[in-house]
Amino acid sequence: MSAEIQVRVNGKSYESQIEPRLLLVHYLRDVLGLTGTHIGCETSLCGACTVLLDGKTVKSCTVLAVQASGSEITTIEGLSAQAPTNGNGLHPVQEAFWEKHGLQCGYCTPGMILASVELLRANPNPSQPEIRHALSGNLCRCTGYQHIVQAVEFAAKKMKSRKR
Amino acid sequence: MPAATRYLGKPLKRKEDPRLIQGLAHYVDDIVLPGLHHAAILRSPYAHAQIRSVDVSKAQSAPGVVLVLTGADLRGSIGAVPCAAQIPDMKAAPRPVLAHDRVRFVGEGVAVVVATDRYAARDAIDLIEVDYEPLTPVVDPEKALEKGSTVLYDGYKDNVAYRWELEGGDLKAAFKKADKVIKQRLVNQRLIPVAMETRGVVAEYKPGERQLTLWSSTQIPHLLRTQIASMLDVPEHSVRVITPEVGGGFGSKLNVYVEEALLGYLAMRLGKPVKWIETRRENMQGTTHGRDQIDDVEVAFKRDGTILGLRIHVIADLGAYYQLLTPLIPTLTGLMASGCYKIPAIRTEIIGVLTNKMSTDAYRGAGRPEATYLVERALDLVAAELKNDPADLRRKNFPKLEDFPYATPTGIIYDSANYPRSLDLALKMSDYKKLRQEQAKARKQGRCVGIGLSTYVEICAMGPSSAMPAGGWESATVRIEPSGMINILTGASPHGQGQETSFAQLGAEILGLEPDDVNVIHGDTSIVPYGIGTFGSRGTAVGGVAAYQSLMKLREKLAALAGFLLGEDPSKLVFADMKIFSKFQPKKSLAFGEVVAAAYSAKTLPPNMEPGLDATSFYEPKNFTFPFGAHVCVVEIDTETGDVRLIKYVAVDDCGNVLNPLLVEGQVHGGIVQAFGQAMLEEAVYDEQGQLITGELMDYAIPRASDMPWMETGRTVTPSPVNPLGVKGVGEAGTIGATPALANAVADALAPFGVRHVDMPFKRERIWKLMQKGSRRAK
Repeated sequence: MSAEIQVRVNGKSYESQIEPRLLLVHYLRDVLGLTGTHIGCETSLCGACTVLLDGKTVKSCTVLAVQASGSEITTIEGLSAQAPTNGNGLHPVQEAFWEKHGLQCGYCTPGMILASVELLRANPNPSQPEIRHALSGNLCRCTGYQHIVQAVEFAAKKMKSRKR
Repeated sequence: MPAATRYLGKPLKRKEDPRLIQGLAHYVDDIVLPGLHHAAILRSPYAHAQIRSVDVSKAQSAPGVVLVLTGADLRGSIGAVPCAAQIPDMKAAPRPVLAHDRVRFVGEGVAVVVATDRYAARDAIDLIEVDYEPLTPVVDPEKALEKGSTVLYDGYKDNVAYRWELEGGDLKAAFKKADKVIKQRLVNQRLIPVAMETRGVVAEYKPGERQLTLWSSTQIPHLLRTQIASMLDVPEHSVRVITPEVGGGFGSKLNVYVEEALLGYLAMRLGKPVKWIETRRENMQGTTHGRDQIDDVEVAFKRDGTILGLRIHVIADLGAYYQLLTPLIPTLTGLMASGCYKIPAIRTEIIGVLTNKMSTDAYRGAGRPEATYLVERALDLVAAELKNDPADLRRKNFPKLEDFPYATPTGIIYDSANYPRSLDLALKMSDYKKLRQEQAKARKQGRCVGIGLSTYVEICAMGPSSAMPAGGWESATVRIEPSGMINILTGASPHGQGQETSFAQLGAEILGLEPDDVNVIHGDTSIVPYGIGTFGSRGTAVGGVAAYQSLMKLREKLAALAGFLLGEDPSKLVFADMKIFSKFQPKKSLAFGEVVAAAYSAKTLPPNMEPGLDATSFYEPKNFTFPFGAHVCVVEIDTETGDVRLIKYVAVDDCGNVLNPLLVEGQVHGGIVQAFGQAMLEEAVYDEQGQLITGELMDYAIPRASDMPWMETGRTVTPSPVNPLGVKGVGEAGTIGATPALANAVADALAPFGVRHVDMPFKRERIWKLMQKGSRRAK
C-alpha cells in the first residue's frame, strides 16, 4: 500500500510515494535526507523533532507524512532562508544560540531553535517566564536552559534592531 | 598557564556550533551507507523468567526480513559484556549479548531481526513467539538480601554481589568521645540518565580488507574498540570505531553495550551494513541507570559542633548484570565520604546487591553525588540538632589552609582548596543573612520557606592509572601541517563539552596563532592515537594536559629551528601574531608559516633535528584533582498542595584555572538542573513485578525550562598543583554540589512541621503528606 504526497520543504517542492504509516520525521530524514531534524522520544514529549508546518511548530515524530501533504514545511536546514541574515547565512536565532552558548551536545538544538523562532514571531519581546513557558515542550539535558533563555532574549533584541 | 593570555581564559564562542545550529552535524542515525539494513531487538517483558522456547518462523518469512537470531543461536559466538571493575570476592554476573536461558530484567534482549527497512524490522519482532516461565522477581534490594529470597543466579547462595569496606581513623574512639550521635537513613533513588540522543550503532564489514567499522554513540571509542575486538574474537586492528556527534552521555555512554557487539557480528555475518537506533523506551529500560543506594549514616559529634566520625552503611542496587564499571561506582561514595571536612574517623561498608533491574553504572557524578549528599545531609542534621547555623557548622569543620594537601581518612589526598573563600562568596552573593531574616518573617506569615546550603568537594581528572580500572592517562598528538595549520588529535572524546574550542584556544595561545588555525580531531580510532575517553571530569584536566604537553614539545622544536635560522637563542624567542621573533631584537623575526615550511622542506635544519612537526604525549596524572564549591538556594513550599518551588539559586564553584569561562558556566548550569531533576522530579520506579513503570518521558520527568529560576554563578580560582595548567575539571560539579543544597532547603522548609529528613524526589504528594502529619502533630 502506498500513498502519494506533495509537500514544499524549505522552499522546494517534492512529490513522493510513501507508506501511509510513514512518520513525517522519517520522511524528512530518510526520504529527503534532511537529517538536521532529530528524534528523541517518538512520543512528542522531547521536542527534538520540532519543525514548522505551515509556520507552526509540530513534533514531526507524531505527525504522519500523509497528514503534511499540501503543506509548507521548514526544517533547521531551511531556516536561514526565512529571515534577513547577517551575511553569515544564519538566522538571528541561530546566531544567538551560537553567541550565548545556548547548546552543548546540539541534539535538541534544531527543535529548540525552531520553537524559539515561532515564539519570536508571535511575541517579539518575550519576558523570561514567557520564553521558559514557550520552550517547555522542548527538553535539553545539557545546558540547564539558562543560556538558551539568554539566546532567545538576544535574538529578540537583534531582530528588533534589524527591523528598524 | 601563562600569566597574560590572549585566548586562554576567554569566553570564546564555540567552534563546533555552526554545524550544530544549522542541522549539518552527523549523529549516528544520520550515517547512511549503501545497502543499509536495519536491526530491531525483541526484549523481555518479564523481569525474571526462564525462556522455554522461541519460535521465529513467522518473523523469518515476514517481508523484508533477512535474518532472525535468538540468544540460543548466538551462544558461544560473542563474548559477554566486559566488566573492568575488580573487587575482591566479587561474584560474577556476566551479561550475554542476547539472553538464551533466563532473562533477568525487563528490556533484556531475547532475539534480533535484521530487515531491509526500519519499519519491517520493527514489525517482525512482533511475530516472534517466546514461551516464558515466569520466576519470582527480585526487586527490593533489602528483600533481596533476606534469607529465602529468590536468587538471580543458579549456584549462588544469595544475591550479594560483593561486600566492600573502607575504614580510616579510630572510629570506636570517635564514637566514644562523642557528645551525641545522630542516625539517619537516606535513600538516593535510582535515576535514568536520558541523554537526548539515545544510543545507536551502525556497523559495516569489508571482507576484502577484513575491516569492521563501528559508528557508535559512545564516550570511549578506543576502549570500545578493544572490547569489541575481544567480544567478537577478531584482531583489534581489524576494528575501527568512529564516534560521530554524540548527543549527550552523562556516563550512560561510558560503557560497552550488547548492541555494539551484536551489530558488529551481524555486519560480519551478513556482509551488509546494519543500523540499530535505540528507541526511547529501550533507552529507559536498557541503558545504564544511576545512583540507587540506601545509605544508613551515623554521625558522631561534640556539643561544639566538631564532627568526630562517620559510620556509613550502603546498600547499592547493582541491577541484574555488571556493565563496564557497575560494581565500582558505589566505592567512590566510600572514597569521598569525608566531604570537605576534617573528620578524624570514617568507616564505609558497602553491600552490592543483584536485583532484577537494569544495571546501575556511572551517571554524572558517579558515586560522588551520593557521598556529598550523605555528608551534607549529616552536617545539616547536626546543625539542626545543635541549633547552629549550617554555614557556621561547616566553617568549623573545614580543614585549615595549611592542612593542604589534605589526606583524608579514606586514603585520598585533596590537592588544593580554599573552602572558606567559596563559602564566603556564596553567602555574600546570596545575601545569606538577609535570606534568613526574610525566612523568619515568612514563617510568621505561615509561609513555608527553606534555605539550603552545601559545601562540596569532588574527585576529578580521573585519574592516576594505579587507581583506575583501565588506565587513567590521556593521549594527544599535535600535528602542524606544512601549510602551518594545526591539528590536535585528542584521545578524549568530547560530546558537547566544547573541547574543539578550548583546545584550539590552548593551541593558539601556545603557538601565537588564531583559534581558527587550530583544528581538534577526536573520536576515530583509526586517526587518533589510543586514548581513554571523556568521563570523570577528565576531558580538560587529563586530555587538555596531554594536548598542552604535545604543543609544548612542538613549540620547543619550532623555537630551536627558528633560533637556528635567525641566529638567536631559542629561549629568547616569542610566539605571537603568527610570528616567531626575538624578545629583545624584534627585527629578528620569521612568519610562523616560514618556520613550519623549513621543518618540512628540511633543507636548512640544525644538525640532528628530524624533519616534520608531529608530537605525541601520554599524560599520566600524579593525583586526582579536587574541585570544590558552595551552593545556596531558597525553596518555597505551597502549604496547600506540597508543591516545591525553587526561588533562588546561587552557585560558587572552584575548578582551578579555566580555559573558557563560557564553557564552565554551561557545565555548571547543566549539572545544577540535573541535580534539580533528582531532587524534585526524577525516579526510576520498578513495580513489584519488576516492571519499569517510568519507561517513557511521559512518566519519567526531566526538568523543563519552566521549572528553573535564574541561576547566579560565581567562581573562585584555586589552581591545582597536580598539572601544569592548574585545571581541575567541572563536568560533574553541579550534580554533586546542588543535590544536597536542594535537599537541605526542603528539609529546612519543613522543619516547623517537625520533619528532620525527607527522601528525594520531593514530589507534591510526599511533601503534602508530611506537612499534614506535621500539622496534626502541632495541633
